[in-house]
Amino acid sequence: MSTTIHIPNDTSACSVGADAVAVAVETALERTGIDARIVRNGSRGAYALEPLVEVDAGGARIGYARLTSARAAELFARGLPDRTAPECVGAVEALPFLKNQQRLTFARVGLIDPLDLDAYRAARGFAGLARARAVSSAQIVDEIRRSGLRGRGGAAFPAAVKWQTVLDASAPLKYVVCNADEGDSGTFADRLLMEADPFQLIEGMLIAALATGAQSGYVYLRSEYPRARDTFERALAIARRAGVLGRDARGAGQAFDIELRLGAGAYVCGEETSLLESIEGRRPLVRAKPPVPAIHGLFGAPTLINNVLTLAAATTILADGGDAYARFGVGRSRGTMPFQLAGNVARGGIVELPFGATLRTLVESFGGGSLSQRPLRAVQVGGPLGAYLPPAQWDVPLDYEEFAARGAMLGHGGVVAFDDTTNFAAQAEFAMRFCAHESCGKCTPCRIGSQRGAEVIARIRAGDAPDANIALLEDLCETMELGSLCALGGLTPMPVRSILRHFPEDFFHPEDFSRGALVGGGHARLDRTQAPR
Amino acid sequence: MSEAPHDTDRTHIVARVLATTPASYDRLLPALLDIQQRIGFVPPQSVAAIADHFNLSRADVHGVVSFYDDLRTAPPAHHVVQICQAEACQALGCRELTAHAERRLGVALGDRDANITLAAGYCFGNCACGPTVRIGDAVHGRVTPQAFDALIDALPPPE
Repeated sequence: MSTTIHIPNDTSACSVGADAVAVAVETALERTGIDARIVRNGSRGAYALEPLVEVDAGGARIGYARLTSARAAELFARGLPDRTAPECVGAVEALPFLKNQQRLTFARVGLIDPLDLDAYRAARGFAGLARARAVSSAQIVDEIRRSGLRGRGGAAFPAAVKWQTVLDASAPLKYVVCNADEGDSGTFADRLLMEADPFQLIEGMLIAALATGAQSGYVYLRSEYPRARDTFERALAIARRAGVLGRDARGAGQAFDIELRLGAGAYVCGEETSLLESIEGRRPLVRAKPPVPAIHGLFGAPTLINNVLTLAAATTILADGGDAYARFGVGRSRGTMPFQLAGNVARGGIVELPFGATLRTLVESFGGGSLSQRPLRAVQVGGPLGAYLPPAQWDVPLDYEEFAARGAMLGHGGVVAFDDTTNFAAQAEFAMRFCAHESCGKCTPCRIGSQRGAEVIARIRAGDAPDANIALLEDLCETMELGSLCALGGLTPMPVRSILRHFPEDFFHPEDFSRGALVGGGHARLDRTQAPR
Repeated sequence: MSEAPHDTDRTHIVARVLATTPASYDRLLPALLDIQQRIGFVPPQSVAAIADHFNLSRADVHGVVSFYDDLRTAPPAHHVVQICQAEACQALGCRELTAHAERRLGVALGDRDANITLAAGYCFGNCACGPTVRIGDAVHGRVTPQAFDALIDALPPPE
């Protein structure tokens, strides 16, 4: 049996040198004449190991981690490397970071060449689509309902409600729109899925089209993901050539095709109505709801708009059944969530787990603590609009309702770790400044509130009338939360309040902010009587 | 990036893009991105022609152009160097990296010199391998100050 060498080609692996490693390995193979084939797979998402080269000489895929091109050239200089190389991590499948996950949506990610349609089929690709073709639209929606799937983009809205609404809408034209405007810092699951398993998204959109009767689909992808754009464009072309998309995609004479649209650097376009305005070519101001997009969406037509991971999950749900998917998870959080570990964490990457595991398991067992080897002081969960949670809060189960009960959210599953050198008052000020920068400007609480919020926090940090200004900030947070048109203004108070609650001292002791000065601090209630120094 | 420095050439390029773009207004943003790809920015003088093509008002087109961070109305420098400023990169020292970059280039974030535009970015989805720098379409991870200098040294000088 010939040898296969897997070298990842996703954004992150290539950002740390995977392309150069691939060139080095290829050159070495040519020189030694070894019969081995290089496959550029998508990354498995164990990013601490990248660039990770896997050698499969029949049997297990043996990994060599964090290779440079120089080391790759040495390792392959006299044939295939052996397990005595210091970079060898053994069988990659057996690594606890991967072995202890429950990969459903990411089951194929990192295993195959993302653009090899035959490899996709061989790895259970299109099994969900085949099932969807064999049943009625109502039965597809019923499987989604039984799965308990909720929107993975962050809002966690029951997917079946949207699907059913679009199915029930009677209209000559309907659309399926995929929200791939993954703007939250600390999130990259949409990107990796589109780079490493793009056919799964195409399959998910086809299932959604069969379920709702949509004739046309759009993927709205952010411009910050050039590699995802290239890979997905190529995947679309391959799918069209194979007849997966096109004239008979939903059955004889029933067309479905997907158009890829690029954003242009606006975070708010991840909000579904802003996204629709952007596709329509207008200044992408958020729309007031109702009417909801499922009834009055793109170009006024009923539109199913879901995140990449939601549509991808539909392939698993149709292939295995909604009940099988719902067997994972807890409470009203069913199935699995591809969490994303990022920031100051020793082992960052994709960790797909059933809902219900604890945040501590994610951060400590999978993440391995901080990268800086200093104590972690907080993780921010759910992107820039999510709460900062100190270690005392980490025993919370990863569950939508459990997080909501603590003034936090899971959002799109991003978890960003910060060590004890972080001043969280600065993070609170950043949250407001980010909102001010990204606000679409349509509603006053968000447009003006975020400006005033940043100014007020700056005044508190400078020691300017902190008591009065903190009262003002809390009032402002309430106004933004209750009065904003969309989640951008409505959720920006979440990180700010979490910092007021868990790290009040950071507002008052800016000069104490030095390495290690604030280890483990921050659980006292805010003491308004404390004088600024 | 700038294939056409002269106004007349730019007008021709805009006309060429519009000639191949359906007049449906949902093609506006793709057309603007296409124009910027070819010219390096969206020339303010072209707004009237663009508006005319899509049967929109100039205010409509200006409203779109001015909304998006990616769309520029003045030529960028030869190279656009973006440093991610979002939380995951903050946790890995992007503020320090940015300060280093500003010193090294003598350019403030958001500003440019003859060769390099130094810009903020908000997340390239490389959050487990930060701090992250994007130059053109290339995304670079785990960028230390030394690695940043090496990336800058590798950039071709202005013509």
